[in-house]
Amino acid sequence: MNGAQDLGGAHGFGPVVPEPDEPVFHAAWERRVFAMAMAMGYTGAWNLDGSRANRESLPPAHYLASSYYEIWLAALEKQIAATGLATPEEITAGRASAPARPVARVLARDGLEARFRAGFPSSRDPAAPARFTVGDAVLARNIHPTGHTRLPRYVRGRRGRIERIDGAFVYPDTNAYGAGENPTWLYTVSFTARELWGESGDPGGIVTVAAFEPYLEAA
Amino acid sequence: MSQDDHDHHHAHDHEHPHGSELSPLEARVRALESLLTEKGYIEPAALDALVELYETKVGPHAGARVVARAWVDPDYRARLLADATPTIAELGIGGRGGEHMVVVANTPETHNLVVCTLCSCYPWPVLGLPPVWYKAPPYRARAVIDPRGVLAEFGVTIPETTRITVWDSTAETRYMVLPMRPADTEGLSEEALAALVTRDAMIGTGLPGLLPAEMPL
Repeated sequence: MNGAQDLGGAHGFGPVVPEPDEPVFHAAWERRVFAMAMAMGYTGAWNLDGSRANRESLPPAHYLASSYYEIWLAALEKQIAATGLATPEEITAGRASAPARPVARVLARDGLEARFRAGFPSSRDPAAPARFTVGDAVLARNIHPTGHTRLPRYVRGRRGRIERIDGAFVYPDTNAYGAGENPTWLYTVSFTARELWGESGDPGGIVTVAAFEPYLEAA
Repeated sequence: MSQDDHDHHHAHDHEHPHGSELSPLEARVRALESLLTEKGYIEPAALDALVELYETKVGPHAGARVVARAWVDPDYRARLLADATPTIAELGIGGRGGEHMVVVANTPETHNLVVCTLCSCYPWPVLGLPPVWYKAPPYRARAVIDPRGVLAEFGVTIPETTRITVWDSTAETRYMVLPMRPADTEGLSEEALAALVTRDAMIGTGLPGLLPAEMPL
């Protein structure tokens, strides 16, 4: 969706301000929000793409005025209510007034580190041969889905080149809504900075995105 | 408690009337954890372990080991650039947020810079959780349109003759920059080399640390 999350190329946000010796978390509540989001994702009630969809669909003014973990918290509450794991009233009260719904699994302390060090790959066996090959000229389609997508606005309608075939992966645009993993070819696509930004582009500069096959057409 | 401390606490009474009360945000987070625990969806001890893992164990020291190995072992470097995930796993490093790694090498011709314009995708197993600036709008907005301006804010100047390639992490592939090995480091051990590798050097917003004058060769 053309939401506030799609920031590439935006002006007016000011300079980047790195924090020397920055801690991993800046407050105790951030630790709990981070860990709750991970643990609730682990239940299988939703997936990573669904979490991203819920974060980016916050109203733009809310999204931009919130800190990173405030966004996570707001999206987590939204997902819990939307999936019926708890009601908004229970979330406000912090106490259960209805029975729990079954979840596929609960993250336990035992084995947790090994599980997270093993990872959760999202590569899948392809359903069909890849349509493009390295060196192909492609056009990022000028599409504006109202739902979740991973094609940033700044490349839409721009011509690029296939640099690498990354493999077939879970397709976020459907997976975010529980509409299937739909393994889809993913490509690394390069664009010249001048193609993306015109005269403002850094001469000789390149920007690459990882783009799913449905985002592309032959150019 | 000194009188000064006492006055200081009084000055903030309007925010925390009794010192131990929670802010609305803290109360909201605590309420959610209580509810999810009561429902049986989460185990607080598992949350503690997750926090401990990402706060104390997973971090840029892991990526620095990968870079140092690539600096001293040309065969490792070649494998790393060809197929990063299993090559990083040779050092026992991998996991959530780094299942599909791509390592891009800086050269005199090309400087690489990593961003996620859409959210906060970042290679957790090698760099840990991302810093606030990486997740915040200024960096996400400008890295792709004005990379030299962003680098200047980090105190990094790349020669005009060096091309900048920006990697926008829009899918589950995760990028780590392999910086160029600093000059005059021939005699250093792999461990000493790793100590020169900063987090920012592996994002592309920094360069490996200069050799401290006191370090024995």
